[in-house]
Amino acid sequence: MTTRRSEFFNGIKAELPILLGTIPFGLIYGVSARSFGLPPALAQAMSVIIFAGSAQFVVIQLLNASVPAGVILLTACVINLRHALYSASVAPHLKQRGLFWRLLLPYLLTDEAYAVAIIHYQQPGKSPLKHWYFLGAGLILWLTWQIGTAAGLLLGAHIPASWSLDFTLPLTFIAIVIPALKTRADAMAAGAAGLIALLVARLPFNSGLLVATFIGIALGLLIESRSKNRKSANRQTAQAHDQATAPGASQPPTQEPANAESALVPGEQKEAQQ
Amino acid sequence: MITWLLILAIGVATYAIRLSFVTIFGKREIPAFVLRVLRFVPMAVLSAIIWPQLFLVNNTLDISTTSPRWLAGIIAGLIAWRTRNVLLTIGVGMAALWILQWVLK
Repeated sequence: MTTRRSEFFNGIKAELPILLGTIPFGLIYGVSARSFGLPPALAQAMSVIIFAGSAQFVVIQLLNASVPAGVILLTACVINLRHALYSASVAPHLKQRGLFWRLLLPYLLTDEAYAVAIIHYQQPGKSPLKHWYFLGAGLILWLTWQIGTAAGLLLGAHIPASWSLDFTLPLTFIAIVIPALKTRADAMAAGAAGLIALLVARLPFNSGLLVATFIGIALGLLIESRSKNRKSANRQTAQAHDQATAPGASQPPTQEPANAESALVPGEQKEAQQ
Repeated sequence: MITWLLILAIGVATYAIRLSFVTIFGKREIPAFVLRVLRFVPMAVLSAIIWPQLFLVNNTLDISTTSPRWLAGIIAGLIAWRTRNVLLTIGVGMAALWILQWVLK
């Protein structure tokens, strides 16, 4: 029997494995903020006000490099634009909820909370209490991120630079991006954005990041539309094949490039395949 | 002060992005093209953040042994590709960097 309470605690439970990655991430964020000489109150406030790890990491780097505020704002927006995808994906599930929930849950809509909540929403069963599950997952992640930040800020001065802990930033992103590359267009978009970022690194105000991102997206779209045209001829036979071989489950989800729920979520596909 | 205002602005913008389709745009259908563009955003932007951290030192390409970050990054990339495991990727990548720094010193 599902109650608000059981949904809430099940959400927390589902989020626990992800927290193992969130704790060091928050810790390193706090340590890096400290090493850049940022006021601890500001670094902690960022974790509450922005609550988006990757954007926060980049923002403190740009602050450290004295990049103009407008450029930092634009860069942070581009980095967080992916959350619009998650917003679109959970929107149908929150339609019936009141304004309170539709204001609260988006605040908690991070990569990590989305990954867990959307799997629960997609499971069969029309429980009207699944937003409590989302809340449990989102709140425990929020709490962990705040504690991780605070711990990093406290420990900051005691962790020597020779440990190279700042390297966990690219490592975390590698761990998020690479499993998300499912098609050739994905790989080309990511590869092009990375290569261009190297070429334009000297552009003023760190604008190379934006240039590289836009070129990567454009190339991805181009390759996707080309391969779509080529594949559309074969599509009908492929669909017939799918129906013949996979009447139940255990078939990897077919690639739908325009599907909001095939988002950048490392854990999701694994779960879906079970 | 300007930094605090900046943080606030980023926070408001981030919240607005997360609210977008849940609350702001309400019941409107999301155009397929918008979703197609959005799907490429995370991998493009994160990749543009990763590569310079691995291959550039002071904004100059450095793939020598004095800066083994690019090598540790490639090892981590292979682990991520084979295992899809976040913790393992970060753990092995970090260990690879420490070992390389120690060996190549």
